[in-house]
Amino acid sequence: MKLHKILSLGVFGAALVAGSASAEVRDIRIGVDVPYEPMEYRTPDGELTGFDIDLGNALCAEIGIQCEWVVQGWDGIIPGLQARKYDAIMSSMTINEQRREQVLFSDPYITPPSAWFAPGDVEIGTPSEETLDGLTLGVQRGTLQDNYVTDLYGDVADVNRYATADDMVLDMDSGRLDAVFLDFPIGKSTLLDSEAGDYKVVGKKITEPKEYFGEGFGIAFRQRDKELAEAFNAALATLKENGTYDEIHERYFGAD
Amino acid sequence: MEALMTWLEAQLADNSIFTLQTLGYYGEGLVTTVQLVFLSLIIGLVLAVPLAIGRGSRHRWISLPIFLYCYVFRGTPLLVQLYLIYYGVVFVEGIQETWLWVILEKPFVPALIAFTLNTAAYTTEIFRGAIKSTARGEIEAARAYGMSRGLMLRRIVLPSAFRRALPAYGNEVIFMLHASAIASVVTIMDLTGAARFVYARYYAPFDAFLFVAAIYLCLTFAILYLFRYLERRLLAHLKPASG
Amino acid sequence: MIDLHGYGPRLAEGALITIELAVLSLLLAIVLGLLTASAKMSRSWLAHRIGTLYTTVIRGVPDLVLMMLLFFGGQIGINMVTDQLYERFGWDIFINVNEFVAGVITIGLIFGAYMGETFRGAFLAVDSGQIEAGRAYGMNHWLVFRRIRFPQMMRHAIPGLSNNWMVLLKTTALVSVIGLTDMVRVAAEASKATREPFTFMIIVAAIYLLIASVSEWGFARLQKRYDVGYREAD
Repeated sequence: MKLHKILSLGVFGAALVAGSASAEVRDIRIGVDVPYEPMEYRTPDGELTGFDIDLGNALCAEIGIQCEWVVQGWDGIIPGLQARKYDAIMSSMTINEQRREQVLFSDPYITPPSAWFAPGDVEIGTPSEETLDGLTLGVQRGTLQDNYVTDLYGDVADVNRYATADDMVLDMDSGRLDAVFLDFPIGKSTLLDSEAGDYKVVGKKITEPKEYFGEGFGIAFRQRDKELAEAFNAALATLKENGTYDEIHERYFGAD
Repeated sequence: MEALMTWLEAQLADNSIFTLQTLGYYGEGLVTTVQLVFLSLIIGLVLAVPLAIGRGSRHRWISLPIFLYCYVFRGTPLLVQLYLIYYGVVFVEGIQETWLWVILEKPFVPALIAFTLNTAAYTTEIFRGAIKSTARGEIEAARAYGMSRGLMLRRIVLPSAFRRALPAYGNEVIFMLHASAIASVVTIMDLTGAARFVYARYYAPFDAFLFVAAIYLCLTFAILYLFRYLERRLLAHLKPASG
Repeated sequence: MIDLHGYGPRLAEGALITIELAVLSLLLAIVLGLLTASAKMSRSWLAHRIGTLYTTVIRGVPDLVLMMLLFFGGQIGINMVTDQLYERFGWDIFINVNEFVAGVITIGLIFGAYMGETFRGAFLAVDSGQIEAGRAYGMNHWLVFRRIRFPQMMRHAIPGLSNNWMVLLKTTALVSVIGLTDMVRVAAEASKATREPFTFMIIVAAIYLLIASVSEWGFARLQKRYDVGYREAD
C-alpha cells in the first residue's frame, strides 16, 4: 500500500543524488501542524486552509511540482522531516539558531510579531517582571514564545505549557490563565476575532530580541536538500514580484 | 580508559542541556511528583478503609454503590478520569464565581482529586481481599471474648488485614508513582513535565527522557526497599519457621 | 439519543484503533514474555542477566516516559542510522516510526516484562515429573514444550494474563498523548470543540468497561478450557 510512496521517495532521493547543477525537483510532501489559525487550519468540512497552505500551494505551482500536505503534531515535526515522512515543513516555524542545527531554512516568507493576550476583564500593565508577578501565563510548548516567557518571566510567574494552541485557548476561556503569549496573527484570529469571549492585546507587539524572535518564519528542509530550498527561494522571490504574495497576504491579514 | 575519560570530559564540557536552569526544572518536578503521589496515596488510604469495610456490608445499598465505584474507577484509564475532572469542573455553571474555583483553577487540585479517587478504588479492593482472608479462628476467638463488632474490627480484623495487604499495597504505591506521569498532560510541571520541556526546547529526547527514567527508577527502588523492610518487620510472624 | 455533534463515526474509528492497538500489543507482549521467561529460567548466566535487567528497568519507569522515549527518541535513533547509510553508501531508506507502530512496540515491550513474570511463575508451577515423563517417551525439547509444558503452563498463567490484559487495555489511552487518534484523543478533541466533556468522556469510559467485561467473560471461558482434567481443590 505504502510501498509505492516509499519507492517514489527512494527515486526522489536518487534523483537528488544524481542531479547536479540542474536539479530536477520532484513532487514533495509538506508537514504542517494544525490548527494555527489563520496560518494553517481546517475549514469545517476538513479542508486544509490558511496563509501557509495557500502560499505553499502557490510556491509549488510556481516551481511546477505537486505538493501534498501531511498533518503532524508540533512535538514531532522536526524528527518527522528527518525521517522523510515529508520533505519540508511549512508551519509557522521561526528561523533560529537551535533549529538551524537540525534543518535547512528557506528565506523568511513572513515576519509576524508576537503579543500578549488577556481576557478583557484582567488588568495587566505593560508586561514586565513586576506586572506579570504571580500570574499564570500560557505558551505552546517548545515554541519561541515558550523560550522567551520561560527565560524572562519563568521565575516570577507560573508558566503553563500546552501541546496545542487550542488547549491553551480553552484554558484561558475557562479562566485558568491570566494571559497568553502568542504569534500576533494567531492571537488576533483565535482570540480577538472569535466569538468565544472578550479578549484584548496587552502592551505592544514584540519582535525583539532577535535571539528569541529570529528572522521570521521559514520553510524547513533537510540539510542536504539544498536544491529544493533554492527552488523555493526563487519561487518566493517571483511571487513577491508578481503580486501573488500580496494577494494571499491580504486574504488572511487584511489590507494593512 | 584514557579514551573514555577524554570522551566524558568532552561530553561535560559541551553540555548545553543540563544547565542549572533545566536541573532546577527537574528538581521542582521531583518535588511536585512526590507531593502529588504522597498526598493522593494518604487521602486515598484514609478513604479506602471505611470503603473496604462498607464493601463487605450485608446491606446492598451500602455495598453496591461502593462496588460500582471501584468497578468504574478500576476499569477505565486514569487519563480519562483526569480529563473528566480537569475539563469537567470548568463547565459546571458559575463555578468560576465560587470559592471553589480558587483551588480548582490550578491543575494541581483536579489532578489530585483524580489520582485520589483512582487509588482509593484500588486500595479498597486490596483491603477487602485482606479483610476477607482473615483467619476464621481469629474471629471466633474475638467473639468468644465477647467483643462487639466494632471492637473486633478495630483490634483483630484490621490490624492483621493491614499486614496482609502490605505487599499488594506496595505495588499500588509504585503504580501510582508511574501513573502520576500523566499529570504533565494538564500542564503540571512534574518530573515528566520537566522532561517534556527539556525535550521540546533542545530536541534532545535521549538526554531528556533517559535522565528522568533514571530518577523514576531510583524512586521505584526506594519504595521497593521501604516495603521490603516493612514486610520484614511486620510480617515476620508469617514466615516459615527456620529450622 | 445522545447528541454527538457528528463525532460518532470518528469515535467509533478511535475505538477500533484502541482495540487493534491493544490486541497487537498483547500479541507482542506474549511473545516477549515467553522469551523473557525462558531467558530468566535459562542456565545461561548472560540470558538470565539480560532477562532480569529488562524486567527490572521496564517495571521501574512510567509507561508514558518509555513511550515518549521510544516515540521521539526512536525516530531520531533510526534517522541517525539511515543518515549514516545515506552518507556512506548513498542509500536513501525511508523508515517511518508512526504513532501506531511506536504505540504497539512500546506497550508490547512494557507488558512483555510483566508477562515474563507471569509466564515464569506458571512454568515453574508445572510438575517437573510431567516433563520427565515426556522426555522418557522420547519427545524432543520442542515437542515437550508444545504438548506438555505450554498447555499446562497456560492453566496457571491465565489469571495473570487476564490481569495484564486489563491493565494493558487502559494503558493504550496514553497513546493519545503522543498523537495517535485513539478514542481518548477523539473524545478529548470533541470535548474541547463542543464544550461537553462529560458526554464524550463518559461514553469512552463506558466503552472501556464494555471491552473489559467482554474480555473477562472470554478469559473465564478460556480458563475452563485449560482447566480440563483438574478440579478445584477444597
